[in-house]
Formats: sequence, C-alpha cells, structure tokens
Amino acid sequence: MKKTTEKIAGYIFLIFGCIAIVSVGAITIYMLVKGVPALKEVGIPELIFGTVWEPTASNPRYGIFYIILSSVVGTFGAVLLGVPIGILTAVFLTDFTNESKIGRRISSVLSAAVELLAAIPSVIYGLIGMMVLNPLMYRLEKAIYAGNTEHQFTGGSNLLSAIIVLAIMILPTVINISTSSIRAVPKSVRLASLALGASKIQTIFRVVLPAARSGLMTGVVLGVGRALGEAMAINMVAGGSVNIPLPFNSVKLLTTQLVSEMSYSSGLHRQVLFTVGLVLYLFIVGINLLLTRMKKKGELEHD
Amino acid sequence: MQNLADEILYPGKEENMKKKLLKLSGMVLASVLMVTTIAGCGAKDEQKLSGKITLAGSTSMQKVCEALMEGFMEKYEDITVTTEYTGSGAGLESLANGSVNIGNASRHVKDAEKEKGLVENVVALDGIAVISHKDNAVKDLTKEELTGIYRGEIKNWSELGGQDEAIVVIGRENGSGTRDAFEELLGVKDACNYAQELDSTGAVMAKVAATPGAIGYVSLDVVNDSVLALKLNGVDATEQNILAGEYALQRPFVMATKGEISEQSDLVQVWFEYLGSEEGKTIIRNTGLILPN
Repeated sequence: MKKTTEKIAGYIFLIFGCIAIVSVGAITIYMLVKGVPALKEVGIPELIFGTVWEPTASNPRYGIFYIILSSVVGTFGAVLLGVPIGILTAVFLTDFTNESKIGRRISSVLSAAVELLAAIPSVIYGLIGMMVLNPLMYRLEKAIYAGNTEHQFTGGSNLLSAIIVLAIMILPTVINISTSSIRAVPKSVRLASLALGASKIQTIFRVVLPAARSGLMTGVVLGVGRALGEAMAINMVAGGSVNIPLPFNSVKLLTTQLVSEMSYSSGLHRQVLFTVGLVLYLFIVGINLLLTRMKKKGELEHD
Repeated sequence: MQNLADEILYPGKEENMKKKLLKLSGMVLASVLMVTTIAGCGAKDEQKLSGKITLAGSTSMQKVCEALMEGFMEKYEDITVTTEYTGSGAGLESLANGSVNIGNASRHVKDAEKEKGLVENVVALDGIAVISHKDNAVKDLTKEELTGIYRGEIKNWSELGGQDEAIVVIGRENGSGTRDAFEELLGVKDACNYAQELDSTGAVMAKVAATPGAIGYVSLDVVNDSVLALKLNGVDATEQNILAGEYALQRPFVMATKGEISEQSDLVQVWFEYLGSEEGKTIIRNTGLILPN
C-alpha cells in the first residue's frame, strides 16, 4: 500500500516537473515555426544584414541589422556602466560595513534599497526615464550639438538614456550575485593576504575579487540577460526610430520593435516580427548556455 | 404611476415609511420587467434575419470596423459579419467583382470605380491634428512646410520664423493607421525622417507636451490644452472645418456598395440602418471619428 502511494506521488512530481520542459519545448518549436518562414521569404542576408526597415512601404524592406546592433550595443553599454557600480557596491557591503555600528546601519539600508530596486516594475523605470532622464538628456544633446545642422535632434530619447535605465535595472542582479560570491571566498584567503602585508584594498582587488571571479561573471551574464530582454522601460525612453546605435541617436531594439509594432502589423511584416522574436530568443538561449557552462566551470574550480 | 408620484411629492401621513418603500420598489420592479419584455419582443423580430455580411478593404478602418461588428453582432445574433483588411483598392476591387457585399475605402471612390457601379457611402471622417510644444512661436504651417519638416529638410523652428529651437520630429510606429493616413495625405509615404516613433497616441501627446520644439500628429479627438494644435494653411483643425472640407489632413471612411443601399439585400440594409442608428453613431464617435453631415 505504502509503495503504491509513493509511486503515485513520484509520478505526480514527474508530471509537474515536465511542465517546465514542455513549456520550453513548445516555445522553442513555436518560435521556430513562426520565425523561419519570413527568414526564407526575405532571405537571410537581406533580413539580418539589411539596414533599411520599411515594412509598410509600397516596396517593403525588412532589414533588422541596426536593430540587432542596437540591442547588442545597448546591452553592452548597460553592462559596462552597471557592472563596476554593482561590484563595488558588493565590495562595500561585504568588506566595509562590518566594523562599525554606523557601517552596519548603512549596510542594512543599502541592502533594503537594492531589494526594492529589484522589485520596482519596469514601467516605473520607463516613466521616470521619460519624464526626468529624457529632458536632462535633451539639454545635454543641445549643448553638444549646438549649431550642428546635420544632427537630428531626438528630444533626449536616445541610446544613452536606454543604457542608463538598463544599467540601473541590472544593478540589483549584479549586486546580489556579487555579494554572495564575494562572501563565499573563505576568510582564510583574506587573512593570509593581510598577514603577508597586503593592504585591505590590495587584498580586495588582488585576492578576493579574483577568487570570486566565476560568481562575478555569473552576475554579469545574468545582467546581460536582463538587459537584453527588457522591453517596457526601453520602449519609453529610447525613441523608437531605426538608426545606427550612436549615443544620441534614437534607436529601436529587438524587444521594443516587437512591443511597438506587433499590434497593427499584418502579413509579411508580422512574420518578420516573429523572426525578430526568434533572433532575440536565440540570443537569450546563447546567454543561458554560457551561464550553465560557467556555473559548471565554477563548481569544478571550487572542488 | 400618478399615485406614486403623488405619494412621493406629498407623502400620506397614515402610511409608514417601510410600506411606502415596499410599494415603490414593487412599482419599479414591475416597470423594469415591462420594459425588458418589450425590448425582448423587439429584438426577437429583428433576429429573424440571419446570414452573412462580408466586408473587405481599408486596413485603416480596422478599428472602427471591429467595434461596429461587435456591436452589430451582439444585437443581431444570427447575422455574421466578416471583414478582410486588404487595403482600400483591393476592397473596392472585390466589391466590383461581386465577392463581397461592402467595400471599405479610406479615400473617395474614384470615377473609374464609380463606372463599375460602385456607390460611395461615407460613414465617417478621419481628421489628424498636427500638434507641437506649447511654447512654440510658430502657430501656422503650410502643407509644404509640414512636408519639409517630416522629410527632415527643415530642422529648426527659426527657419519658419520661430525661435531658435531644434525641431524634434515625432511620429507613430510602422503599421499605425494614423501614421499611414498622415503620410498618405501629406504625400510623404516612406519618406519621413522621424526622431521618435512612439506606439500610442498617448505617448505622442505626452512627449510633444514635454519636449520643447517637438512636433507630432494625433487623431483630432484627443487634442487638449497640454499641446499646441497647429493651423494648416491657416485652417484650424476643428470638426467644423473638416466637415466643411477646408482642413487638409482629413479623409473619408467609405463603405461602398454596388448600386444604391436601397438595392442591397435586407442584411446589408440592416447593416447601414445600424450605422445610422444612435448606437452605431456612438460607436463611430467613440473610435475618434467625425460623423458626416
């Protein structure tokens, strides 16, 4: 009797476990089925490497190269800006707040702030970006391009705004993962370094951070994933025209293109949007494979 | 009913409040029941019609068509209405060769098409307002100046006699009906150089209101005090000017039939009756369109 219940329970768990696998499988198949036809119809070189996006023209062109490039540059920029801030915050949390009472208080406030930062919905980031960041950016843009007749003024909705918003949005991920990986570095390693006469700063940058390397990289990769997949906030601050991704150009990213054009699109335009989704999906799959590999490598190092 | 009114106005002292309320609610209930029965009878008569109405044509009319179809099919449960959004020309073509009952077009029916027996029935007018930031000193643009701005040839308001402020050209995303209409009416299809492409009317309003030097376009019905509505060739974007045909950025929404409406099947006639009813008119107005005279 007991055996049968155990068995049944086992099957129930198996079924629930399969839901995730089936979902991923179904999504992958769906994206491929929906995304590949347009790839065939338009042609891979024209679609992936074309730079003209005019899906509703009488002679439509479906080039998404600038859009892919904008996503890559935007994500890279956000990581470049967000990761140093995140890792240094993590160092502050782990190594500078334990000694004094006030330090511990700052640490608890900071941790709470980071938690809250992670919980803020992306549309709020977008709203603040739109109402506060964009006007500031426009002032900067006017100052930099004063008297320039070639530049198209974007009103502050540009790649740089998107990067800044994304950088703030990936901060919690980077800080949390970095903090726990720095904490995981054995105390003996720090003590050994200090005992050899290294200063605290030297210990952190030469010993602790290198020892926590694989964990820090995991944080970076997760940050990349978050930045790449963000749509709502970016849609509100990036301008949305297809352009070369330069800091003061209005840009369209893979995610924002899907969000903004899906509702009214039809025919081949819609099919191409599915291909855009497929490209985004493949990027994310790639990032995740990288993550899995790094985690394995990290485990091996620790063994 | 007279008694009830009297009692409410001059309450009898002998009856207590509770009784009165009971009586009142009984009367209300009865009248509600009566009204619903009458309405039910009416609906039953109309529901005798059954069959299918087919429409094809303009993609710009999708929003209003969907809304009308939903309202119509709720009222006439046995009638199915289907619409294909193939484009104005293709819709009138299908109508001419008899494959659909009604051809939708977001432009006037051309003479060549009228020769094939198509009759133009304007069901609504679509107006687009050009808006800019409130501090803009330029209040009036010619069609040519507007074209120049959207083509990216005019980049500063000072070129148009305004202050030295860069023009931030804001528009809608690919596939938007408003963008389609704007570019078509202005003759700048596929030639616009947008600084921002936003995906909703609200976003365009908000950005134009917040960005000095910005210019944008939206449906006429959403314009409010947060932005400056520009005159075009000296004409204000108002419902009156559109009805009078004086404002340039407007187009008719046509549901063309082959032959007059009176020559159509009962089903099609019921459809047009519905469009002309208060219910139909409300739906058309709610989608931001102007009713023709």
